[in-house]
Amino acid sequence: MPHKVIVDCLTGETTEVELTAAEIADQEAAQKAAEAERKAQELIAAAKATAKAALLDKLGITAEEATLLLS
Amino acid sequence: MATYTLISSNILSSSAASVTFSAIPATYTDLVLRCSSRDTQASVTDYYLNLNFNGDTATNYSITSIYNFGSAAASDRWTSQTNGYIYQDNSATATANTFANIEIYIPSYTVSQNKPYSSFGAPESNVANLSTRSVSAVAGLWRNTAAITSIVIAPPTSSFVSGSSFYLYGISNA
Repeated sequence: MPHKVIVDCLTGETTEVELTAAEIADQEAAQKAAEAERKAQELIAAAKATAKAALLDKLGITAEEATLLLS
Repeated sequence: MATYTLISSNILSSSAASVTFSAIPATYTDLVLRCSSRDTQASVTDYYLNLNFNGDTATNYSITSIYNFGSAAASDRWTSQTNGYIYQDNSATATANTFANIEIYIPSYTVSQNKPYSSFGAPESNVANLSTRSVSAVAGLWRNTAAITSIVIAPPTSSFVSGSSFYLYGISNA
């Protein structure tokens, strides 16, 4: 069972408390949202890479040559 | 001369979803929290950590950060958030057994004014050509005038791994 750690600065005592069902549900929802965000970012990155390759092809130069032009 | 006193610390002996420092004494001028952490998230999503003061989950946090993204410099700003953010954490995709390090400075944590904080962090990862953040500086603000009595630090979607360590220090002015 997932748990959280609480350190009491007054007593120095450390306790481990099991997450509530609501806290577990929150964490699972955050994981799903993060996964969706990651996939969306991957799609954006893939689209950028495709567009970049198409532009280089249109210009007839390599990525290294493009970098040299911009340096 | 300022003094630097360890208030409390914890080295996790098993994974944990969050670490809370509660009952923080009001006897210091500033606080410093030092973390060496790694989390269980299998994607790179958890490169940041949530930071929460006094259990406040209302939209009272703002964050501005500067960082690298690969070889490029970048920045971002988040307003009206329900947590503060600090960067960054090593997730499960980082080199095995490596941990990120973060220092958070919270000045005047008992003074009746909104509470700023700053943090600086870097992952201890040996991944070549790291394409995500590998160094970050943060200016954060918690819009609340109450003295800080508790701090929660947590990966947003996963858990800290065993061996992650957390040290809370109090700074006293002479």
